[in-house]
Amino acid sequence: MNARAIGAEAAVEKGWFGSHKWLILRRISQLAILALFMLGPLAGLWFVKGNLAYSLTLSILPLTDPYVLLQSLLTGHIPEKLGLIGAAIVLAFYFLVGGRVYCSWVCPVNLVTDGAAWMRGRLGIKGGAHLSRNLRYWVLAMTLMVAGVGGTIAWELINPVSMLHRGLIFGLGTAWAVVLAVFLLDLFVSQKAWCGHLCPAGAFYSLLGKWSQLRVSAVKRDACNDCMDCFAVCPEPQVIRPALKGAKQNIGPVILSPNCTNCGRCIDVCSKDVFRFGLRSRNKAG
Amino acid sequence: MDGSNKLSGAKQASRRQFLIDMAKTACGIGLLGGGLSLYAKQAGALPPLAIRPPGALAEPDFQGACIRCGLCVRDCPYNILELAKPEQRVATGTPYFVARNLPCEMCEDIPCVKACPTGALDHALTDIYKSKMGLAVLVDHETCLNFLGLRCDVCYRICPSIDKAITLEPLHNLRTGKHAMFLPTVHSDQCTGCGKCEKACVLEEAAIKVYPIKLAKGELGHHYRLGWEEKKKAGKSLIDTQNIIDLPARMPEPEDGK
Repeated sequence: MNARAIGAEAAVEKGWFGSHKWLILRRISQLAILALFMLGPLAGLWFVKGNLAYSLTLSILPLTDPYVLLQSLLTGHIPEKLGLIGAAIVLAFYFLVGGRVYCSWVCPVNLVTDGAAWMRGRLGIKGGAHLSRNLRYWVLAMTLMVAGVGGTIAWELINPVSMLHRGLIFGLGTAWAVVLAVFLLDLFVSQKAWCGHLCPAGAFYSLLGKWSQLRVSAVKRDACNDCMDCFAVCPEPQVIRPALKGAKQNIGPVILSPNCTNCGRCIDVCSKDVFRFGLRSRNKAG
Repeated sequence: MDGSNKLSGAKQASRRQFLIDMAKTACGIGLLGGGLSLYAKQAGALPPLAIRPPGALAEPDFQGACIRCGLCVRDCPYNILELAKPEQRVATGTPYFVARNLPCEMCEDIPCVKACPTGALDHALTDIYKSKMGLAVLVDHETCLNFLGLRCDVCYRICPSIDKAITLEPLHNLRTGKHAMFLPTVHSDQCTGCGKCEKACVLEEAAIKVYPIKLAKGELGHHYRLGWEEKKKAGKSLIDTQNIIDLPARMPEPEDGK
């Protein structure tokens, strides 16, 4: 174990709940969404039907995953109106709150990879294969090309994200092996490999959130005492530096990188309360 | 030209490194994409006994249109459909049913099609009797009880389009010499492929099975014309019977008897 655990200082300053607020809210969000989907098959309460690819809530609200729908469009198929409306709603939502909010507040694989990251820390596993953070955009381009050229949504045959979510609701089969593979990949092969480097859905949603209004902002960056806890806890640490350390270069305090997942862990672990959620427009330097 | 000459050595080296990295990534991802495409090609073949829900597009189009949401599964009132799991030979996450386990109940309002948000199940299908999920074929003439001379008739009785999709055709039983065989006969223009006949077949292994239409149906050469059909259409024989040259049935007798 580390000599000093991440967020220990914040826990002393703000109390355990104060230093885990956003983490707890995020887990509640992830589990509540999963529970809504599973209430149907488990308890016969059909508030939500379907899965993350497409769902119908209370028989009225359609929600479509725009990434899978884009692949379908590229195969040359035009979906029905309800599918398109669902995609428009989801696009508008993530366009405003940040695409990768999907990754940290909704996606069930986040629980798996966060688990791997936690265990990595507990077991003291360091290093591993180096992957570029841009690899995910290559994977994204590849999945779109395969759909366009081959005429089938090929990525869905092996996509661990939809396999896990669909599996939990409709029956897992051997999808558990694919999910285990993602867990082991993150644990042993490379740190944060799946969500931070490879997942094309994350890449798609990051592009969607490029101009999102809701952002994390290092509003009190003058108070930063360089404890590095935010870098250590962040799933995409490269997004923090410009905002936190950019005062001298006249860069504003808002984290603008679309790869920030708005998970809020940096807010939790900071004992000086440097970060908080804010609007993209509140970005005056100094 | 001048511009590139002015590049410092360090800059050139970093550009070289950049290009090498790009090539590495492109090749790696290209290989992954190639592998995925091949796998998708394999997964594109639907096993013969897996039947898509009513209104499903032709298989290659279906796999481009279906986003694997499972709304058809949920809205099927008889819980017949299921989404394929990774280990099954149907494309992962797509809906199907196996007739011998549970056949389609042919709901008049076709809720599975209505629920589909993409049209992978074609919303143009509004009459379930026009659906073509597959085609029933009496594959085994050796074990079918009616072929053995019995009056099982179960497939015929259970058929939702009784006397249209399946008829019983009487035929002389040559084995006994004095009985009739009533042969269940499927008519492809009426059969929806619901699979009730396959489910109901009393044998250990069904003698009548629903197959994909491509496997089950032959196709005449397009130049073929059925004389009796053409005659019906024209209202008369297409052959000019008045002026037909009627050759003598045998060689004429020599007149002078030589």
